[in-house]
Amino acid sequence: MPEIVFRTQGVTKVYDTGAVKVYALAGVDLELYAGELAVLLGPSGSGKSTLLNILGGLDRATDGQVWFRDRELTHLNDREMTRFRRDHVGFVFQFYNLVPSLTARENVGLVTDVAIDPMPPEEALRLVGLGARMDHFPAELSGGEQQRVAIARAIAKRPEILLCDEPTGALDSATGVQVLEVLRDINDRFGTTTVVITHNAEIRRMAHRVIQFQDGRISDVQVNETRLAPSEIAW
Amino acid sequence: MQVLDIKLFRDFRRLWVQVLAIAMVLACGVAIVLTSFGMYRALGETRQAYYERNRFADVFVAAKRAPQSLLPDLRRVAGVQAVEARITGYSILDVPGHAETVVGHILSLPETGEHVLNVPVLRRGAAPLPGARYDVMVNDAFALAHGLAPGDSFDANLNGTLRRLTITGTVLSPEFIYSIGPGQLMPDNAAYGIVWLPERTAEAAFDMTGAFNHLSVKLVPGARAEAVIDAMDDLLDDYGGLGAYGRDLHPSDSFVSAELNQLRGMALVLPPIFFGISAFLVSMVMGRIVTLERSEIGLLKAIGYSDTEVMLHYQLLAGLVALVGIAVGWIFGAWLAHGLAVQYAQFFDFPFLIYSVSPGAYAGAGLLALSTTALGAARSAWRAARLAPAVAMQPPAPPQFRRSLLDRMLEHVRVRQSTTMILRSLARWPLRSALTILGLSLAVSAVVAAFFINDALDEIIDRAFFQSNRQDAVLLFSDDLPDTALADVARLPGVLAAEGQQAHPAILRHGARWKRVAIEARAPGADLARIVGRDGRAVDAPPGGIVLSQRLAQHLNAGPGTAIEAEFLTGRRETHTITVTDTVEQYFGLGAYVDLGYLNTLFRQRPQIGSANVLVDPAALGALHARVRELPVLMGLAMLTDTRQSFQDTIRQNIVIMNTVYITIAVLITVGVAYNGARIQLSERARELASLRILGFTRTEVSYILVGETMLLALLAQPLGWLIGTWIATAMTNAFSSDLYTIPLVLRPHTFSLASLVVLGAAAVSVLIVRRRLDRLDLVTVMKTRE
Repeated sequence: MPEIVFRTQGVTKVYDTGAVKVYALAGVDLELYAGELAVLLGPSGSGKSTLLNILGGLDRATDGQVWFRDRELTHLNDREMTRFRRDHVGFVFQFYNLVPSLTARENVGLVTDVAIDPMPPEEALRLVGLGARMDHFPAELSGGEQQRVAIARAIAKRPEILLCDEPTGALDSATGVQVLEVLRDINDRFGTTTVVITHNAEIRRMAHRVIQFQDGRISDVQVNETRLAPSEIAW
Repeated sequence: MQVLDIKLFRDFRRLWVQVLAIAMVLACGVAIVLTSFGMYRALGETRQAYYERNRFADVFVAAKRAPQSLLPDLRRVAGVQAVEARITGYSILDVPGHAETVVGHILSLPETGEHVLNVPVLRRGAAPLPGARYDVMVNDAFALAHGLAPGDSFDANLNGTLRRLTITGTVLSPEFIYSIGPGQLMPDNAAYGIVWLPERTAEAAFDMTGAFNHLSVKLVPGARAEAVIDAMDDLLDDYGGLGAYGRDLHPSDSFVSAELNQLRGMALVLPPIFFGISAFLVSMVMGRIVTLERSEIGLLKAIGYSDTEVMLHYQLLAGLVALVGIAVGWIFGAWLAHGLAVQYAQFFDFPFLIYSVSPGAYAGAGLLALSTTALGAARSAWRAARLAPAVAMQPPAPPQFRRSLLDRMLEHVRVRQSTTMILRSLARWPLRSALTILGLSLAVSAVVAAFFINDALDEIIDRAFFQSNRQDAVLLFSDDLPDTALADVARLPGVLAAEGQQAHPAILRHGARWKRVAIEARAPGADLARIVGRDGRAVDAPPGGIVLSQRLAQHLNAGPGTAIEAEFLTGRRETHTITVTDTVEQYFGLGAYVDLGYLNTLFRQRPQIGSANVLVDPAALGALHARVRELPVLMGLAMLTDTRQSFQDTIRQNIVIMNTVYITIAVLITVGVAYNGARIQLSERARELASLRILGFTRTEVSYILVGETMLLALLAQPLGWLIGTWIATAMTNAFSSDLYTIPLVLRPHTFSLASLVVLGAAAVSVLIVRRRLDRLDLVTVMKTRE
């Protein structure tokens, strides 16, 4: 039985705009295992990103419970949430979210400055194949390169979990594959539990498990018997 | 250095123009705090120290002639620590190489050479040796003005006898930090000198053997001056006492106090304006930065930076702005303080350097600037800290526009869509619009407040020198003379016309209010020295009546028809009830005027005069001065022509400096507000404006929206600016006016139009600079940028 990293129970998220209540999550029960690469699949507005934000300590559930290993996240205060993100989670976003005034190395340095046992920014950048472009500013990098800097930034703290929200959403197919290869490589090499959100159905083929979302609920969970390498995927 | 700090410095560098625009406004605040508070303390403390070290007296009283034997009684008055009796008088001096006569203020020098009170500080040379008869000390400024040094001599007309006096030393005295001669309106060290004459010589010259006519009193710490003043008046009553007074009425001290009051007024009025605007600008710019960096804030939090760290990051950015402002402000302030010090050096004589602003003032001004920016950035930094990371990562919701009263109004007027955009934007952010208007209106008001002084001084000069005091010179007699003396004056060389008048110290009372003044008595229809009424026509006090200056009337709570009591301190020292017949606006001193014949009747004396106003033929001026030196009955000749010139020169010079400073300040405020406002608009609306360009709008049409909004705000700021300017000008006239001088509130349309021109011009230039960015906007990039 693999070790459970995340466990959620009846997680709901309601956005109350005054006039209407919108259920972004309507009772999600899920377990994520150590070292697995899970893909969350589903149409826009199905609740994938909301769940990812709650797992990563960026947002709070309206109801239900979330555990990270033995620790219940639902009751953490702001300070503890910050601590949790700082110590355990790496994020990768669709639009990279690099700080434009910082070079690639410095963007990674943002994390290594505050992490407990980080790898040097240079090492993280070499891991994503950007050893030669460390001193470039975001504006001087291609979209794929920017996303790889973002991944380097996420992994530099040696996180236990890597949460990626549409990491290839803004990239063309060939560049997207490069990014996925990096994610796969990190997952294989460090055993980092990796969650990838996508609405690109092809990407599911590289996952251990595929979790399907529909209307704020999990509609289906599939286990891939055989995983494809990113290079075998195209869209 | 942490990476977050690198981001800080890079952001700071990227924003340098905006940073500079804010920092300059902040610098103005710092500089003015530094100058006003710094100089206020420096001047106040120096005066204090000088007074203590040199035992400046607390109470002063002049008398006609009091015997030395009265001194033990005077010393025994409760609250008196020490007294010093002196002989004082005036004498006409003849200084070699100087054609004009000089008024000498003679003070007796104790035979021992030891001053008990008002101890002079020796600058050059030495005190006269005991027993020397015609060796003297003079005030240093007088010696410098004439190039005199110890060993040099000059002649003095000592009550009709010409004596050659030799200078042994030059001194400064706490009694004469500011020295202004009789009949003068401005210090003129060439025309007025203080002479310390050995006591025995003074006794002989003024017929005061065994007597004195001036007393200085030092009080026991904590003693009440009023009680001592009353006791002195009682004791000196029989000897022609002219009424004791405290330091507040001492001429030199009250001029220094008036300057201190001005500095305090400046310190309290101006810096809050600059700090207020700076805080607003910081808040505006930081607000925009936090909005723009929304996703970066989200990211920082996502990767584990705490709320405090994020908040501190933005506070530090504001702190850097403050540092630039403080640095510039310190330099600017040090320069301003130096300028002020140079000005003080012209008017005030202190024995030690006062012109250093203490490190405490620098620290205080810096701290104020830091708190200002911290306060300005607080809301934005707090917003950044509170921004939930999940929310921060998403694009912000578009600003909500609702149909408002404005839209219903717009339905009835056909305006272009672009104009509608401008108006909606103003209505959508009413607070920001209001604060921008307020900021720009303060710039307008700064110019109004500076330029009104021009008109006020023109008015003062016109009123004082061309309407009221039209005489070329005043001949001051040692004692009142029969009015037949006027015929002798008229026969002096070069005198074209002569009019006589008298002046008597008196205390005016109305109810519980009182004021010590000099009542001037003039002949009806006097043409050289006139009392000018509100409508510009000459006013005469009718027999039985008194005309007061408005300031004096206000102080006494009296007006036309009010009966007031006049307690004369000379003559028979009687108290009379006189009715106020008119009040007039007067800018120098407190005026009280009666009819000359009426005064003679009140005093039950034959017609007399104490001074003569004369018109002089400039060609015969030399001859007049030469003749005047020989006259025994004269104590001085005050040249108003010189006063007029030096007043105008000094004032003009100061006005040019002041106007330059204020216009610079107004331009800095305008640029700070308009440039930052336009930059923020551009950043908020880049997509919107780019979209319009893509839709086919021309550059001009698009920039109309940007330029239009700023200029509309600038226009709206004008009336408010005029209003605030008027208010500041009123406050300034109140703050700067004292019993010594009054500044009239003269506001002319050209002052307002000039203020508007300066501010609208600076706003237009600022927004056109931003417009150039708009022209360079890369449409494709802007549309791709995710916000």
